[in-house]
Amino acid sequence: MLSYILRRIGLALVITVLAVTTLFVIIHAIPGDPVSTMLGPRASEDMRAALEQRMGLDRPLPVQIALFFGNMLRGDLGTDVFSNRAVTEIVLGQIPYTLVLILASIAWSAVLGIALGCYSAVRRNSLGDRLTGILSVSVIAVPAFVVSLYSLLIFAVRLQWFPAIGAGDTGDILDQLHHLVLPSLAIGLSWVGYIARLVRASMLEVLGEGHIRTARAFGLPERRVILGYALRLAILPTVTVIGVGMGFLLSAAVFIEIVFSRPGLGSLVIDSIMQRNYPVVMGSVLFSTLIFVASTTLADIVNAILDPRIRSGK
Amino acid sequence: MTVLDIQGLSVSYGTPRGELRALRDVSLSVPERKIVGIVGESGCGKSTLISAIIRLMAPNARVRSGTVRFNGQDLLALPEARMRGLRGTEISMVFQDPMQTHNPVLTVGRQMIDIQYRDKRSKADKLKRAAEMLALVGIPDARARLNQYPFEFSGGMRQRIAIAMALMARPSLLIADEPTTALDATLEVQIIKRLRELQDEIGCSILFISHHLGVIAELCDEVVVMYAGEVVEAGSVRDVFHHPAHPYTRALLECDPGHIKEKTRNLPTIPGNIPDLVSLPGGCIFADRCPQRHDACTEHPVMSEASAGHRAACHLIKAGAPA
Repeated sequence: MLSYILRRIGLALVITVLAVTTLFVIIHAIPGDPVSTMLGPRASEDMRAALEQRMGLDRPLPVQIALFFGNMLRGDLGTDVFSNRAVTEIVLGQIPYTLVLILASIAWSAVLGIALGCYSAVRRNSLGDRLTGILSVSVIAVPAFVVSLYSLLIFAVRLQWFPAIGAGDTGDILDQLHHLVLPSLAIGLSWVGYIARLVRASMLEVLGEGHIRTARAFGLPERRVILGYALRLAILPTVTVIGVGMGFLLSAAVFIEIVFSRPGLGSLVIDSIMQRNYPVVMGSVLFSTLIFVASTTLADIVNAILDPRIRSGK
Repeated sequence: MTVLDIQGLSVSYGTPRGELRALRDVSLSVPERKIVGIVGESGCGKSTLISAIIRLMAPNARVRSGTVRFNGQDLLALPEARMRGLRGTEISMVFQDPMQTHNPVLTVGRQMIDIQYRDKRSKADKLKRAAEMLALVGIPDARARLNQYPFEFSGGMRQRIAIAMALMARPSLLIADEPTTALDATLEVQIIKRLRELQDEIGCSILFISHHLGVIAELCDEVVVMYAGEVVEAGSVRDVFHHPAHPYTRALLECDPGHIKEKTRNLPTIPGNIPDLVSLPGGCIFADRCPQRHDACTEHPVMSEASAGHRAACHLIKAGAPA
């Protein structure tokens, strides 16, 4: 088990290095440079050269990448071009908002999706199953920004049940939860449908397997057969999908944070790309990558805990 | 005393083509402490029969008529909760494919504890009992192996575990659905021997399904031959194997490689196919493939006695033709 975890973490590190290098190259390939953005069109050559040197842009790209990794290990991601604040500090200030949003969204959609999927599989072809199926496909088809706009219109503007913008007062957990409802509804809704379909399919497959017949032939209570024997197996693909899904949720969060004017990684990335604020873009994308790699790694480790065959490499 | 007594059992499947009559008027009984074999080729209704007995049938299956009496009570009339109470305690199953029998993500010990859920004993006691059962079926170092997962055992080991689980509650009837088909020949002999010993020790009856005639001859006291959803012959192993009364049984015995004495290029087969169970032909079910077909075969034969305790569904018996 331990060796599996170590192998998996090693792989995650390699992926991180590759991803960061690629990102670095891509960002530098984007047209427009931060020096012109900051100094304006009438800057003198001397001023431009001084700023480029300060930002390290005058050195060759490989050296810049190497320096970036060196600094990264020391927790230094450079300084914001405009405000001169440390990028690490800026990004870490925004990350909790995004993480809370993503985790809340995936949590409610996973719980509801798994429950609906189980129900559909057990009551296959019943009215409830068909209804769940239609609703699932419908919510999968609706993009998160549409849900967010309509939920804003209905629940925030018309009914005024939930606040429309912001993330709530710092320190007031109830207020923050209140602000979290609509954004996480918008992000999570299509995931409910997706997870429900996925769990239903894998559940039906597992329920047809021989060991379920064995469990029933030994008179195990149906509840234990479904939850203890079938779901234990049927959940495995869903865990992987949720792990990868965290990455998609990150990009969904970008939209949602703008629609709901929430602080977070998404807003930060968009703003800094608009300003060609390289260090901040790099810093926030780096952290997004870390979240993505961490969540897929975590999903693999959870799967290995749930499935002994993965642990032993069989 | 009869442990299992099936009378006139008919089971059908609803299919898009119409009603598939998988079992028709099947009657058989399993006496106490006896091993009864059911033999027949694929599609003869063996599996349908088992699932009807333990009432774990496919959703599209329906019992049309008949009774399944187990120690006197009709299983088909039992409420589901009572039926579930019998499964794994009074009636146990061993399935065909040992690679599929156990849950792959739970340890063998956990699964063996789970099936003792009705007992009020402590977990340690249940584990001890599980280890004893594993030792009984010949798994060395049983205590330690309880912590292992099914994929860490070979096919033969897994089938032993399945047998250990099935016999743990000392059932009065064990239903074994081709338990050795997926195993190689040497393992097959070991498992059969062990099963015989355990049956003797526990004193249960066994309904043993197989298409391997040698295994049936070796293990069983009585044998029931099924063809296309009907019982065509039933009797003691000696009678049925040495004096087969039904042409199908004879053909089956001739096809068994163990029976072939002369060197041959082509293995014998029974020409033709099983009739379509959706649109059944009238008359004898085997008539199309029967070498001894005659005028009477347009009428469906009833089971008649060829000798004491040996019955077959063939017109030739009444006609007094030599078997």
